[in-house]
Amino acid sequence: MATTTVRISSARVSSPFVARIEKISAQNLLACYQCGKCSAGCPMAAHMDILPNQIIRMAQLGMHEQLLASEAIWTCVSCMTCNTRCPKGVRIAETIEALRETRLRTGERNDCLKIGDILPGARADLPPIAMISALRKLSS
Amino acid sequence: MTKLIYYPGCTLKNHARNFDVSTVSSMGKLDVEVAEMSRWNCCGTVHCLSSDNVMNRVAPVTNLIRVKEEGGSEFMTGCAMCYNTLKRANIDVKQRADMLETINEFVYLEETKYAGEVDVLHLLEYLRDRVTFDAMGKRVVKPLAGLKVACYYGCLLVRPKEVAFDDVENPTVMEDLVSALGATPVPFPLKADCCGAYHTVGKPEIIADRTNRIMGSAAEEEADLVIVSCPLCAYNLDFRQEDAKRMNPDFQHLPVLYFTQLMALAFGCDESALRLDLHHIDPKPALAARGLV
Repeated sequence: MATTTVRISSARVSSPFVARIEKISAQNLLACYQCGKCSAGCPMAAHMDILPNQIIRMAQLGMHEQLLASEAIWTCVSCMTCNTRCPKGVRIAETIEALRETRLRTGERNDCLKIGDILPGARADLPPIAMISALRKLSS
Repeated sequence: MTKLIYYPGCTLKNHARNFDVSTVSSMGKLDVEVAEMSRWNCCGTVHCLSSDNVMNRVAPVTNLIRVKEEGGSEFMTGCAMCYNTLKRANIDVKQRADMLETINEFVYLEETKYAGEVDVLHLLEYLRDRVTFDAMGKRVVKPLAGLKVACYYGCLLVRPKEVAFDDVENPTVMEDLVSALGATPVPFPLKADCCGAYHTVGKPEIIADRTNRIMGSAAEEEADLVIVSCPLCAYNLDFRQEDAKRMNPDFQHLPVLYFTQLMALAFGCDESALRLDLHHIDPKPALAARGLV
């Protein structure tokens, strides 16, 4: 993760963004005490710019712009290994889904997957289970 | 013959026809008539994890309505993704009256309203609990003796806990099935590690890395083949082996089969019930080496 300077204030922690993510995900973000079990077991961690425990920490702190610009929120595939191992019962995958949906819901389409960019040959080879799940998760 | 309502799911009707035909044929040998629903639609493939997104729960629930219309109180699917999506949507509407009401409003043209009357079963769960592996063992006409099988669960059969019909960290239902068929399950440390799922569409390099690790783990245990219950896992672990080989020259190709294909083989079903021609990595040499084809 690149070095970033973060200014933390109570205004950020109680921002509408934090409340929104907690509502969509139905999670209490402050339950997380940063043990790191979610990131340790994450099969996608090697491909993420920020790790799952860092996503939760940044969400607690209301780091709106950094989170919605991160690659990692799109890399998570909701395999739910993190959820089943979290000692505090935080559903990390649900929180990441809330971040994805927040970006997808912002007026203009903020799709992560552009179907037109996939070559027709590749589209024909892929099974429907792959195409439909990708479109459901990565486009609006 | 016991009749069991069957939801195949979209991929079993095209890319994964080998999963569909081997399911119907092998269950026939167990005196279970797998009766495909007369009408069904795609389940949506993935469960929506947002608390407020009702629209993505409509597709699974309309399938539950179809089962109710057919007079069923339960139905079965073999696809791990369909199972997960249908079962979780069912849990959502059973627990949240507001969501159920909104969905019924969305599908106001349906004659039947849904109120949580249907149960979703996975084929492995049905085999273990209703048919039993002991009874299955008695129907084996061609024991899969000597065949070493790595059982791959992926994510959605055992996660999250509320849909899991086996241990979330170390499931064993497929190993028990493999033993009942006369084959030998081998240890497989990465059996519940995600294959990368739908990233196969936009980021195939991630799948190549996952396939390299997962299939490499099975090869280290000297497995002859890997079995799965998810057509997306099957596609990734089978078709992405060429990419894995480019990434790692030591990568060893291994065939990937559906668990129902092993059942069809052991129960002596016709070759047309196996559709071994639909695999990217040909399973015939591995099966022939054990005298099974």
